[in-house]
Amino acid sequence: LCAAVLLKDMKLLDVKLGQLPSWLAMRDYTPGGILGAIRRGYNRYYNKYIDVRKGGLGGISMLLAGYVVISYIWSYSHLKHERRRKYH
Amino acid sequence: MLSRLVLRAVPAALRSLPPPVTVGVLHATRPLHTSQQHLAPLPPLPEKGGEVRYGLIPEEFFQFLYPKTGVTGPYMLGTGLILYFLSKEIYVVNHETVAAACILAVIIYGVKKFGPDVAAFADKLNEEKLAKAQAVKNESIEGLEAAIEQEKKEQWRVEGRSYLFDAKRNNVAMLLEANYRERLLTVYNEVKKRLDYQVAMQNLKRQKEQDHMIQWVEKTVVQSITPQQQKESIAKCILDLKALSKSAQ
Repeated sequence: LCAAVLLKDMKLLDVKLGQLPSWLAMRDYTPGGILGAIRRGYNRYYNKYIDVRKGGLGGISMLLAGYVVISYIWSYSHLKHERRRKYH
Repeated sequence: MLSRLVLRAVPAALRSLPPPVTVGVLHATRPLHTSQQHLAPLPPLPEKGGEVRYGLIPEEFFQFLYPKTGVTGPYMLGTGLILYFLSKEIYVVNHETVAAACILAVIIYGVKKFGPDVAAFADKLNEEKLAKAQAVKNESIEGLEAAIEQEKKEQWRVEGRSYLFDAKRNNVAMLLEANYRERLLTVYNEVKKRLDYQVAMQNLKRQKEQDHMIQWVEKTVVQSITPQQQKESIAKCILDLKALSKSAQ
């Protein structure tokens, strides 16, 4: 039997939907905490897709696709005017 | 060289000690080095990275949806999303769409055609790097083993120390003996010289006394011969000579 894990130590995918707001409130939002979270995320992605013996195309193509999507979202307010129909 | 191994073992031994609460020199109130230290070889890199389908979507997403929707679930979701974006014009079709399509076509063609070659080339580079590192490691291991052999040999040599010191002791004794005898010879020669000198002195003295005495005796005798006695002796000698000559004829 595993001991009960504290709410703040649980991973996001293990948190039940009802506990989500309290989980979000418990996170560490100091600049150091945010930097730590960014570093952890970067390390996870790096160790999974890039730091391997036979890395494939997926590692960087996912990053590029994410960049494309984000830049589309940021420029959507300009692209709105190029729509072909006014009412959808 | 063995001391270096000892010095390297000392920090490991110190780390294994329980953390002291108050130390004389270092006043630390929190224990140091509590987590496990992995000095052993790092785990090797994984062979392949996380699986990515179509180069864009990780496999975990498909596995996540599989229990609920089966195999075609994610594809249905993708199709639905695309149609929704197109119909509601959240994704606007304009000149950039054509450009994106051309670029994608070229990229996909390039990857499909040159992918394996590039992968093989990159693998070869990696292999070379690994081989170099391995060579360095092997060389250092061999060097260390040779050093171990040398150490063992030196230890074996140490056992012969007693013979070495015996030989040296013999050498020293011989030197001392030779020196002693030389000095003995010198002493003998010096003493002999002095004694010879004394002997020569005595001889000289005796000779001089003799000579002097002879001369003195001769001088007194000659002085004692008065002129009268000289004439008488000369006349006697002439008479004797005449007698002798007469008897010889």
